[in-house]
Amino acid sequence: MITEALILSAILFVVGTFGVLVRRNAIIMFLCIELQLNAVNLAFVALSRLVGIDGQVFVFFVMTVAAAEAAVGLAIIISIFRHYESVDVNNFNLLKW
Amino acid sequence: MELDFSRQLHYVWALLPEIILCVWGMGVLIAGVSGPAHRGEDHAVSEDPAFGTGSGLGWVSLVGLLIAAFFNGWLYTLDEVGRGAVVAVDDFRLFANWIFLGGAALSILISFTYVYRNRLQAGEFFSLILFATAGMMFMAGARDLMLLFLGLEVMSIAVYALTAFNRRDRRGAEAGLKYFLLGAFATGFFLYGIALVYGATGSTNIDTIAAVVSGGRAREGFLTLGIALMTIGFAFKVSAVPFHMWTPDVYEGAPAPVTAFMSVGVKAAAFVAFIRVFLVGFESVSDQWYPVLWWLAAITMVGANLMALSQTNVKRMLAYSSVAHAGYLLVAVAAGNETAAAGMLFYLLVYTVMNVGAFAVVIGVAHQGEERLQIEDYSGFGRKRPELAVFLTIFLLSLAGFPGTGGFMGKIYLLQGAAESNLWYLATILVLTTVASYYYYLRVAWYMWMRETTSEDQHDLVVTPLPMKAALIIAVAVVLYLGIFPSSMMEFARAGVEGLGALGGGLLGVHP
Repeated sequence: MITEALILSAILFVVGTFGVLVRRNAIIMFLCIELQLNAVNLAFVALSRLVGIDGQVFVFFVMTVAAAEAAVGLAIIISIFRHYESVDVNNFNLLKW
Repeated sequence: MELDFSRQLHYVWALLPEIILCVWGMGVLIAGVSGPAHRGEDHAVSEDPAFGTGSGLGWVSLVGLLIAAFFNGWLYTLDEVGRGAVVAVDDFRLFANWIFLGGAALSILISFTYVYRNRLQAGEFFSLILFATAGMMFMAGARDLMLLFLGLEVMSIAVYALTAFNRRDRRGAEAGLKYFLLGAFATGFFLYGIALVYGATGSTNIDTIAAVVSGGRAREGFLTLGIALMTIGFAFKVSAVPFHMWTPDVYEGAPAPVTAFMSVGVKAAAFVAFIRVFLVGFESVSDQWYPVLWWLAAITMVGANLMALSQTNVKRMLAYSSVAHAGYLLVAVAAGNETAAAGMLFYLLVYTVMNVGAFAVVIGVAHQGEERLQIEDYSGFGRKRPELAVFLTIFLLSLAGFPGTGGFMGKIYLLQGAAESNLWYLATILVLTTVASYYYYLRVAWYMWMRETTSEDQHDLVVTPLPMKAALIIAVAVVLYLGIFPSSMMEFARAGVEGLGALGGGLLGVHP
């Protein structure tokens, strides 16, 4: 069971990584980052069956942090949308990407 | 007093500076939204920005930093009983805390007029700086990957918000988005690395990890992959090439005082945590990560210095210079002996004062805004404002590593550390890239002293209010003092590293 869960978490993590690298919409990129974090959560829960309770505690912290990050991240996306009327990162070109 | 971590209350004593900063930050935040600046936007333009509306909060924040510093000193009197606690109370952490508190205080001192002129909300601005500082201190004191992660995020989230702080500025918003997306992306890797290390060793405590790893009881595959992913996370935070892509853009787009703050604070915090995790936790498998760090250090030094050569925007040039300094400091991590680690602490301290000092003059030349950042804008500056130009020249020479300045002594200590581990190639690269870096630092000085002003009134609007002058004088004094009398501070740093070694396994073998 643990192996399957770890494989699933690795797949989710890779999907998230590719999403960030390939997609150009800031909100989708942010969602892919959330997918990465949740893949990590899955890995923590699976591993904690193997080695001890710490991993499950960690998951709570990760969820809290992810929520805080979402608050700040979406605020930044809104503020950039006010300037550019777009959330496509290809349109932001004052600084070289 | 003795600290016994089996009693919950003693965690409060161990974390007192951080707790004070967090509470103080919330107080400043509340004072900011309930203060006069928020009720009526119009205040008299003629008042002195250093002492007028909104700046009171800056002084209040400085007082908070001072109190935190006092309790940081008080922590020296405490002794730990027993090992394996989540929070480290060793000299290593306390030394790092001085760096963060000093960097934050200097950054606040140089931001008064900037905040006022750009009509930033003072309460939010200063409280975010306090929160970020608290996050850095959590990172330095973390003896558990859980606390390390939380500290990293407290710091990062505050700095993301600070980067995009000026909502009227397109560049700021763009830099904020970029920093946020790439920073959160790197956090994902870092966290996955923590999960795998946890799976490999069965613990998130760095001391326990060290014991399990050196006992050979860790699961090999998980451990290697975990270390690799954590290296990516750290390399991003310290902006090592090839994970530096965000640095120039974010440093250019962020408000200048924020750039000064994060170039010193975020980097120092990441390096301090880097040292603790890798040289204590993963010390016995150093043959796995040491080659990676070697190459990271080498290409960071070479790549960043090459890219800095062609920059014409001074803020961007300082960003590449900051990447280059990450390379020099990575040499210390790769060397991994006591001298190198102490040299790294020393260098981080010098780097903090000289970089904030350089940014202070840049803010002054940019008319307390983001207008004039090109290198041509410095032409003739030496004749119009000789005192500021002398200061900037000293900071630039120190960044380049000129004898007599703190930057020179820092590089000497880094070289000494590299030599003790027989890293002759890295030491050679360090010296050669330092020589190359003289070109782009001295070019700014050349423009200041050798060029004529492009127009008569070019530098008439350069203002340096009292707090900024104070920050500049403190920074110059520290840079020159550490350049001429470095040994006492170096002994202090060495004592900090010894505290680290007593807590982990045997500290830091010598690499072939």
